[in-house]
Amino acid sequence: MSAVASHADVLHHDDHGHHKETFISKYVFSMDHKMISKQFLITGIIMGTIGMLMSLVFRLQLAYPNTTFPIFETLLGEWGKGGKLDPNFYLALITIHGTIMVFFVLTAGLSGTFSNLLIPLQVGARDMASPFLNMLSYWFFFTSSCVMIASLFVQGGPASAGWTIYPPLSALPKAIPGSGTGMTLWLVSMILFIVSSLLGGINYVATVLNMRTKGMKMTRLPLTIWAFTFTAILGILSFPVLFGGSLLLVFDRSFGTSFYLNEIPADLAGGIERVGGSPILFQHLFWFLGHPEVYIILLPALGITSEVIATNSRKPIFGYRAMIGSIMAIALLSFVVWGHHMFITGMNPFLGSVFMLGTLIIAVPSAIKTFNYLGTLWKGNLRLNPQMMFAIGLVSFFISGGLTGIFLGNAALDINLHDTYFVVAHFHLVMGSAAIFGMLCGIYHWYPKMFGRTMNESLGQIHFWMTIVSAYCVFFPMHFMGLAGVPRRYYAFTAYDQFNVFVDMNIFITYAAFLGGIAQFIFLFNFFYSMRKGKKAVQNPWESNTLEWTTPVKHLHGNWPGEIPHVYRWPYDYSVPGHEIDFIPQNTPHEGQEDPLTEPQTIPTPERKVAPTLAKEEAVLFTLVKRWLGFA
Amino acid sequence: MANTATLTTDSKQTWGGGKSPFSVSYGKLMMWIFLLSDAFTFSSLLVAYGFVRFTFTSTLPNTIVKPFAHLSHSFVEDMNKAGLFVTERWPSPELVFNHFPFLHGIHLPLMFVSLMTFILIASSVTMVLAVEAGHRMAKKEVEKYMILTIIGGAAFLGCQAWEWTNFITEGASLSGNPFGPTAFAALFFIVTGFHGTHVLSGVILNIVIYINVVKGTYDKRGHYEMVEKVGLYWHFVDLVWVFVFTFFYLI
Repeated sequence: MSAVASHADVLHHDDHGHHKETFISKYVFSMDHKMISKQFLITGIIMGTIGMLMSLVFRLQLAYPNTTFPIFETLLGEWGKGGKLDPNFYLALITIHGTIMVFFVLTAGLSGTFSNLLIPLQVGARDMASPFLNMLSYWFFFTSSCVMIASLFVQGGPASAGWTIYPPLSALPKAIPGSGTGMTLWLVSMILFIVSSLLGGINYVATVLNMRTKGMKMTRLPLTIWAFTFTAILGILSFPVLFGGSLLLVFDRSFGTSFYLNEIPADLAGGIERVGGSPILFQHLFWFLGHPEVYIILLPALGITSEVIATNSRKPIFGYRAMIGSIMAIALLSFVVWGHHMFITGMNPFLGSVFMLGTLIIAVPSAIKTFNYLGTLWKGNLRLNPQMMFAIGLVSFFISGGLTGIFLGNAALDINLHDTYFVVAHFHLVMGSAAIFGMLCGIYHWYPKMFGRTMNESLGQIHFWMTIVSAYCVFFPMHFMGLAGVPRRYYAFTAYDQFNVFVDMNIFITYAAFLGGIAQFIFLFNFFYSMRKGKKAVQNPWESNTLEWTTPVKHLHGNWPGEIPHVYRWPYDYSVPGHEIDFIPQNTPHEGQEDPLTEPQTIPTPERKVAPTLAKEEAVLFTLVKRWLGFA
Repeated sequence: MANTATLTTDSKQTWGGGKSPFSVSYGKLMMWIFLLSDAFTFSSLLVAYGFVRFTFTSTLPNTIVKPFAHLSHSFVEDMNKAGLFVTERWPSPELVFNHFPFLHGIHLPLMFVSLMTFILIASSVTMVLAVEAGHRMAKKEVEKYMILTIIGGAAFLGCQAWEWTNFITEGASLSGNPFGPTAFAALFFIVTGFHGTHVLSGVILNIVIYINVVKGTYDKRGHYEMVEKVGLYWHFVDLVWVFVFTFFYLI
């Protein structure tokens, strides 16, 4: 009885909320998860555009190191004097490009947007566990973005030590121009970001565990939710370590300690001689975050892809439980492989081989996921709309970028490949492009849910083809440069005779990068144009099974106008034999099913003929095992 | 009530949605998750401590000064001469933290920090009693035990302030340390400082909750779960101190 009463309270509360909604409470300090998700998305898109424009600037520099571009002086002022990009500003650009893309676009922009939008909608909750903390999470992220952008305008320029901010460049304010105020602001921004990510993550996990609707068993959760949950767990457990590491860095910078510094004379370090520390300590602390961070970026994209591929193949996802298992395995392994970023720091070779083993084992769950995607696509009734194209593009990047991960995870090969363009190519394909594709795929797929309209499909296709061609043309040649020993983060390669052979390739890459840049502007146009002028969306435009498509197109506080639907089946009942329509939403009961939790125990007879030697009991057992593994 | 009777411990029911699988409110769940996260923050600092410490040669066992011995005015210099306080060696904490208020000049190794630890653990006990009283909705008892917890926390902070003052007047700072390696003092200030900040915020939270208890907020709400939530935080802070104490003072 008490459950009914509290439910009525919730409804009453929602009605109450509607009356006093003002502009500020609806669009600015909103506590509604759908609005917060839009806020995350728009901020992420703005940051992403800035990051992308930065990459175009330094691509120009890399392709034409000896040419002057008057536009640099117009745009960058003293950083582009005489049309020549300042070397220090080049370092600042690659640092901020990396930081923005990794943290602001692919961490907050990706999981902030889709976790917020989808967790309550797909598990069947009226909002996040704590809408207030959710709002705080966004505003911490917003403040953090502002601080990061502000750091572009301080004296000495923004942080320039690379996105990994290794000491001593980050620890000594006098080391390079960007080590001063810019670096301080970088750290402030990062600490705000960590708070935001923590508030968000706690909320996501609590919502998924506590607020699932009746019948939404863990094994009925869409794979998006599984991915978002483990992303949140990774963030909750790894960001605090970056926090600890940054705290010590702040003390080294400003309070005269020497945790990361050794044998630095007093005149270089604010009048205090620094002895006894080690920069390797920072690398350990940083990469304890840094490696899980890779999966914080990738897992949501993989979750989105699972959902989109299943929906648009009109087939159940292949190996549902294997997918969950591999998400868990990846999450677990990601905590014990950070050392593979540090093979050449002089670590004990035995330790190196342990890290190598862990790293290579990650290939197993990754391969399981890849083959499951392919298995889902196989003989599917494919709908090649933009989101599906981006999802398939992600699978492509996941393979091509993942394979080079096996090279880099090898402690011996890494001696050669470390800090070369091979690494740049690897992570831009597997983490950069793949995750961006996952994000774009999610935007195309859930745009109707967010804005009530659909994006233009033709523009979407053009966007896709230009982007994938550009991404491969940019990053694929980089593998060869890396194998030839071209180091990353250098201002101009013409300084080395042996790299002159790559000048033409660099020009080609830059052209390809501009192609990709233009494609993103097509996307931006499509995105903002469709918001007002796009085709009006129907309630379930992709004929999908998950719960978010049971809510009305027009957003309302509390998501469902009446009762929250109960869930009777898993989310991948596509093309069920014997059903007229090729999808069955999760809130549709089986025939004669009353209790959401008990599915009818009929075991379907296998479609294909069972080998005559197989006894009937064995056939049933076989079917059961297949069902349990999610293959049937 | 009829509904709760039908609930079974069947795992299908537990994880079947429509209720919390652990039968806790989202707030308490979030507090647990936050504490897990915070544990990693402290771990990172303690791991950094271990990393730095093991770049130095190990401490020499103290065989020179016996407990309750009289300390000379040039104690630090004497230890320096004896090779116990040198920059290459991590100093023995019992020689560094050997003072006690009002007992100046007597070697009392780790006595004061033991007292601090005792105070903090005692405050954990009073916190448990407050939470238990909250379950019984015994407002007066909750008030009593909350105030005792607050006093315990404040006393701990006071002790820490005294110890820091003492350490600083002896010459320790973030960038200098007469007892040996600079990192010893720097790590001491950062780790105990970070813990102290947690205790301080815990005391502030406890005060806020205490005021709410006095105002009868939770009596009206029908449960004292907020007391339980700050209790979780408080116990966590105590537990962390046990690790800090072990790593900094005992090992």
